Amino acid sequence: MASLDLQSLTKSYGDNRVVADVSLHVAQGEFLVLLGPSGCGKTTTLRMIAGFVEPSSGNILIGGKDITTLPPWRRNCGMVFQNYALFPHLTVAENVAFGLQMRKVESIEQRKRVKDALTMVRLEHLAGRYPREMSGGQQQRVALARALAIEPDILLLDEPLSNLDAKLREEVRVEIRELQRKLGLTTILVTHDQEEALTVADRLVVMNGGHVCQIGDKRDLYERPADRFVASFIGRSSFIEGHIKGQGLFESTDGLQLKVSREINLGPATLAIRPERCRLGTSAQTCDNHLTGQVEFVSYLGSALDIHVRLGTQTKVIVQLSNQESVKEPQLGETVQIGWASTAGLLYPSDQGRESYGGL
Amino acid sequence: MAYSRMPREGLIGRILLNGAAALAMVYILLPLFFVFWLSVFNQEIPSFPPDGYSLRWFSALAEYREFASGFILSLQVGVIATFVGLVLGLPAALVIVRSQINGRGFFNSLLLAPMVVPGVVLGTALYVFQIEAEIATDLPLMGSFLGLVIAHSLIVVPWTVRLICANLVGIDRTIEEAAYNLGAGPITTFFKITLPMIRPGLVAATLFGFVASFGNLEMSLFLVGPGRTTLPIAILQYLEWKIDPTVAAASVLQIALIALALLITDHYVKLSRVV
Repeated sequence: MASLDLQSLTKSYGDNRVVADVSLHVAQGEFLVLLGPSGCGKTTTLRMIAGFVEPSSGNILIGGKDITTLPPWRRNCGMVFQNYALFPHLTVAENVAFGLQMRKVESIEQRKRVKDALTMVRLEHLAGRYPREMSGGQQQRVALARALAIEPDILLLDEPLSNLDAKLREEVRVEIRELQRKLGLTTILVTHDQEEALTVADRLVVMNGGHVCQIGDKRDLYERPADRFVASFIGRSSFIEGHIKGQGLFESTDGLQLKVSREINLGPATLAIRPERCRLGTSAQTCDNHLTGQVEFVSYLGSALDIHVRLGTQTKVIVQLSNQESVKEPQLGETVQIGWASTAGLLYPSDQGRESYGGL
Repeated sequence: MAYSRMPREGLIGRILLNGAAALAMVYILLPLFFVFWLSVFNQEIPSFPPDGYSLRWFSALAEYREFASGFILSLQVGVIATFVGLVLGLPAALVIVRSQINGRGFFNSLLLAPMVVPGVVLGTALYVFQIEAEIATDLPLMGSFLGLVIAHSLIVVPWTVRLICANLVGIDRTIEEAAYNLGAGPITTFFKITLPMIRPGLVAATLFGFVASFGNLEMSLFLVGPGRTTLPIAILQYLEWKIDPTVAAASVLQIALIALALLITDHYVKLSRVV
């Protein structure tokens, strides 16, 4: 167990910079999640830490020691692969023992550590099975036990849950988190699933186009997204295009006048609003932004309702209502009151992050 | 609704499929059946119906020394050529499937060429080459055991390269990465992880390589020397003078041997996974 530092880590293939100048510090025992859409460079970053990809420039330090030029088999990183990558010709116990054999661990000690690792993932009764005789979830746990058995400095998880079905995924991620906490393992998980990221992470790194967009804890990312991309990727937002007209005033391209609390320079801007921060009906009148609009679409999500409300020719806002007994589902085409506090709006200069993820 | 229609359509389909399969089976097995039958005919000139049945051709087989020595030579050449084919084929397959070097496609076609070139052409070419080489170097190549082994290795290589390649393509590289990650260097990873994973391909390569060598007639015809004939050539030579069921008996033994090899192999690696 050790800390991890990435210093200006960069990987280019020709002119294509897949990872650009990534620097971050992961404290000992911290659970860090690299989050981003596919092709954002998160997996390449992880593979550089594991040693499978050679960085074009920059350094990787584990526990303060520079390991940038070490081959993968000399780094003490335990990795869980997306497809588990179990050795098909070895039994579960042999799979878990492999790393210990490579470390020339004495055989009595080996047997004990294999047993401990399998007990940790509750698979000690299946030690004699072959990977092909197991379910996806069990294979995943074998992969985890195999990575844990070597007592790695850093645990690397490459989308470890993406091949599991939704129900199992929720269980396993809680398990992984508990295990990580119990063992105090410095862990890096790569995922594109923000819900997964938010459940397990101490801190998150949002990446896009090879760059780090924002590093922070969950609240930072959700409440204060650094740019439009983060605002759309973490949670959901309705985006309204327009420009800053003056002190605390935003005008949308279709002419809506909206109060805003945060100041950015005059000029084109995007206003982002979280669906759950909007209010509908009479309670909307208490907000300092309140407007009327037509219900365009309603989607019933079980615990919540999403109401799409059109406010202008180019402006549409989604309101999320929690599905309580008192909630009356609005009808399509109905004219409704909608409102949000000016402090709930997030403002971004329009030239920033425009090419990124689609908004709502 | 779909379900209620299923059984009848399924039934017709099944009858057609099974019928076609049965027809193919008969077509393939019928000649084998006749060979078996013929080998136990009593009379010297095969005619129908047989006079009676006897196993005397099998004992004649043992007495006819050319068959025994041909069998041993074929076995020796086959085993050595298969080994050479594996030793050459495995690294070649690794380069073809894994490396990024230019001309891999050309290299691949080149190694498969002996399978495409007709045996007679190959035999003639090697014959001329061995004569020229013998003249140039004074080494007794022509008609030698070494010359035969080299030639047979040539026809084994396409099989080993092709079958190992096919297996290697399907191997998930991340499994090797997992081995690196756990502390195994490239050499350890190759022997402990990669090699066991391509075992089905290696077994298939060995089997088909050996059968290709063991049964080869056309190419070998050009390369054998006096007193040194392989089994297929011994059979051919025998047929020039006699048509008694000894040849059928020899074939039966050959078929039994290959069938045995297949069964033993199947016990260790399921052939249905290999081919």
